[in-house]
Amino acid sequence: MNIIVVGCGKIGRSIIGSLVSEGHDVAVIDIDHDVITEITDIYDVIGVCGIGTDCEVLEEAGAAKADIVIAVTGSDELNMLSCYIAKTLGAKQTVARIREREYNDNSLDFMKEKLQISMAVNPELFTAYDIYNVLKLPGAAHIETFSTHSFEMVELVLKEGSPLVGTKIMNLRKQHSAIFLVCVVSRNGKVVIPDGQFELEVGDRIALTAAPSEIYKLLKSLKLIKKQVRNIMILGASRTAYYLAELLLNLGNSVTIIDKDPKKCESFSEALPNATIILGDGAQQNLLLEEGLEQMDAFVSLTGMDENNILISYFASTKNVSKVVTKVNRDEFLPIAKHLGIETIVSPIRTISDVLVRYARALQNTVGSNVEKLYKIMEGQAEALMFKVHPDFKHINTPLKEISFKPNILIGGLLRKNKAIVPTGDDVILPDDKVVVISTGHRLCDLADIIE
Amino acid sequence: MNRRMVLNTIGRIATTEAALLLLPFVVSLLFGEREAWAFAVTAFVALFVGFLLVYLSKPDTKVIYAKEGFAIVAFAWLLMSAIGALPFYFSKSIPSYVDAFFETVSGFTTTGASILTDVEVLPKGMLFWRSFTHWVGGMGVLVFVMALIPNVADRSMNIMRAEMPGPVVGKLLPRARDTAKVLYIIYIFMTLLQIILLVAGGMPLFDGVVYSFGTAGTGGFGTKGDSVAGYTAYQQWVITVFMLLFSVNFNLYYLILIKKFKAAFKSTELWFFAGLVGVCIIAITTNTYNFYSDFSEAIRHSSFQVASIVSTTGYSTVDFNTWPEFSKALLLMLMLIGGCAGSTAGGLKVSRVVILLKSICREFKKLLHPRSVKTLNMESKRLDENTLNGVNSYFAMYLIVFVVIYILISLEPFDMQTNFTAVLACFNNVGPGLGAVGPAANFSGYSDFAKLLLSVAMLLGRLEIFPLIIGLNPMLWRRR
Repeated sequence: MNIIVVGCGKIGRSIIGSLVSEGHDVAVIDIDHDVITEITDIYDVIGVCGIGTDCEVLEEAGAAKADIVIAVTGSDELNMLSCYIAKTLGAKQTVARIREREYNDNSLDFMKEKLQISMAVNPELFTAYDIYNVLKLPGAAHIETFSTHSFEMVELVLKEGSPLVGTKIMNLRKQHSAIFLVCVVSRNGKVVIPDGQFELEVGDRIALTAAPSEIYKLLKSLKLIKKQVRNIMILGASRTAYYLAELLLNLGNSVTIIDKDPKKCESFSEALPNATIILGDGAQQNLLLEEGLEQMDAFVSLTGMDENNILISYFASTKNVSKVVTKVNRDEFLPIAKHLGIETIVSPIRTISDVLVRYARALQNTVGSNVEKLYKIMEGQAEALMFKVHPDFKHINTPLKEISFKPNILIGGLLRKNKAIVPTGDDVILPDDKVVVISTGHRLCDLADIIE
Repeated sequence: MNRRMVLNTIGRIATTEAALLLLPFVVSLLFGEREAWAFAVTAFVALFVGFLLVYLSKPDTKVIYAKEGFAIVAFAWLLMSAIGALPFYFSKSIPSYVDAFFETVSGFTTTGASILTDVEVLPKGMLFWRSFTHWVGGMGVLVFVMALIPNVADRSMNIMRAEMPGPVVGKLLPRARDTAKVLYIIYIFMTLLQIILLVAGGMPLFDGVVYSFGTAGTGGFGTKGDSVAGYTAYQQWVITVFMLLFSVNFNLYYLILIKKFKAAFKSTELWFFAGLVGVCIIAITTNTYNFYSDFSEAIRHSSFQVASIVSTTGYSTVDFNTWPEFSKALLLMLMLIGGCAGSTAGGLKVSRVVILLKSICREFKKLLHPRSVKTLNMESKRLDENTLNGVNSYFAMYLIVFVVIYILISLEPFDMQTNFTAVLACFNNVGPGLGAVGPAANFSGYSDFAKLLLSVAMLLGRLEIFPLIIGLNPMLWRRR
């Protein structure tokens, strides 16, 4: 597909990288000549130097024949205008990043309609939801939700003494009353889809699928259920912090937000009257301790500096805070953060590029079984996709064990009329089911792609 | 330095050359020549070397940074020329390997300088291969490989940039591979068109193909000792027009193809090139008017020579060595300038000359108004200082390399005009010079040392100096 990306900031770059590796023809627009030179050096894309609201620039980038125009500059207004002009020039779909909270209320739908924007993305809001999900279930490292809370994928890190360590995958179901399926295991940076003989070890990061109620049961039997999060400390008065605090306060939690910028603190205190706002430098350990870091159930680090986030989170995890969440934007830092023992890492940039990759893949395939959800798991080395089964699918009503799947493909779950089924070899796929497929090393667009 | 990736890619180039050698092999068989075996043996050698390189060096990562791009281009061109010389050597068509190497480098770099005293005794297969190297080398072998093989490498733009001539190499399409394909499709289409026009004018098919390959790559090898002099006026005009067409930036053809006529004809470089060619034709026609019987003959010969030299092809219809000094001086200037960037022509490139002139104008203004601020534009885009510095240092490098080679060549027992134009003609990939290396003569009088030196000059000219010097720099290959 022909895709134009306007704005090559951190988010823009990540999106460009994902879209190019997906095999799309990408044109990029940025106002800085040096940035364009750098991007065209790294990625196989065509670059146009100019402002994204200039008709001529958009035209040169090929807006008239573009399937998607994605505007992700730093300015919401520029993004919206860019999308509107591109749409007028003939672009089929437009996506704008709109992140100011003034626009992210009731006016959003109005503007989307009037400016004919196909999708508005707000990385900060997505990230806030990600963190919110994890805080609800603090035993897990990461949670993805398929289809409105009837099916979830949970990532766990196996620690010393976990009952799962040393067991083979085929024996798991016998030993635990909960129904779940281990889909992907990451060991020493290598990601595999395990077979029945696979034995779990200490330090493995596993991803499993199950219905939400089963996950609770499982975590309980693994003694991973920690007490419900009530007191949360958030470092950095960022947009993500605002959305997250709003979500948490609505549930009646107590939230403390620390930032060193007096203006930000004031505006937060105005917008979030129930939160405790502290003016101070979060890098000062004394300040954190004074504000009761050791009594917190969760610590969320959301400053603009990855380095600060990682180091302060490390400090918090040494102070017995049971759940530490860290925002890391640069992919290069992920291994380092993992090495320091920080389990739960959120990356707004990665979240947003996943959303757009899924969007592009779903558009690519207009007939057959569309991709409904797509999650990149284990640092993007594996994918979990949800497809809706089309009645024409060839292997309807065949037991799964008799279908010959491609290697590195696993059916992680079935959704039948909003009921989650964790499949065994005897289960069958029926029309109108939703199928969760786990894969490594494939690029799936259609459910038929998983069959040999 | 990702050595494995470099060696692997060079291996792929060698196997590609093996495939290319099949074409002259078939031509040779069609003419029933016994030299066909030389192509078959060479193809096997190329295949063997290629597979050896590909299988011995499996790369861990496919990333090509700028330095890998330079190294790949430098070594690929050397290896290609070394292998490409083998058919001449094996078949004893050119008994000395150094001569064969010179001839092949001259082919791939689209120079067209020859060491053969009598072209017409060469077997047809060899003649075909000579011209085919022009055609392949014109657009670039690595560009060809990129167009054919999917996912050669990440960041493959670095290869394209090292091989394609011109101060700025841009892409026509988002993907480097698609860009390479479009360029080759335009190239093939124009070559076929020329073959058809020449054959329609009564030229034998074989000659038509050979001369079209020579024109398309702006090379200059032909089938006749007197180059194009023996053909009809119509055929000479066709070749004149196509020589000029092939020395225009190919991006403009793409713009025409997608119906952006306005953008195509707005090109500064195109108009400067057209003006230069027009003025030179008029000046030389007037200057040589007394040599020819009528006006049509005078303008035909002067246009042909101007087109041939400015496009750095090197065909000739008359011995311009006998022309007045003024005409010869104009031709020397055209040799230096060459064709447009992004074409198959050699030389400094018109766009560089335009940029140099503009920066000189700016310098004048700066001396008059020391505080003036002036940004330079090219093709209605702002020229950034990096490109400008690049052009300036390229020009300096060009002069230094030229002087060094000229001093070394002066060891040969020829007069100054011969040596000077020999270096000029090789370095700018033109072919014939003046004096003892004029259009009616050849390079066979030079020693082996001088032939190798001139071969290097041709490679430096084709690859625009930096890739070859950087790629062969041992510092680049040192292990840390």
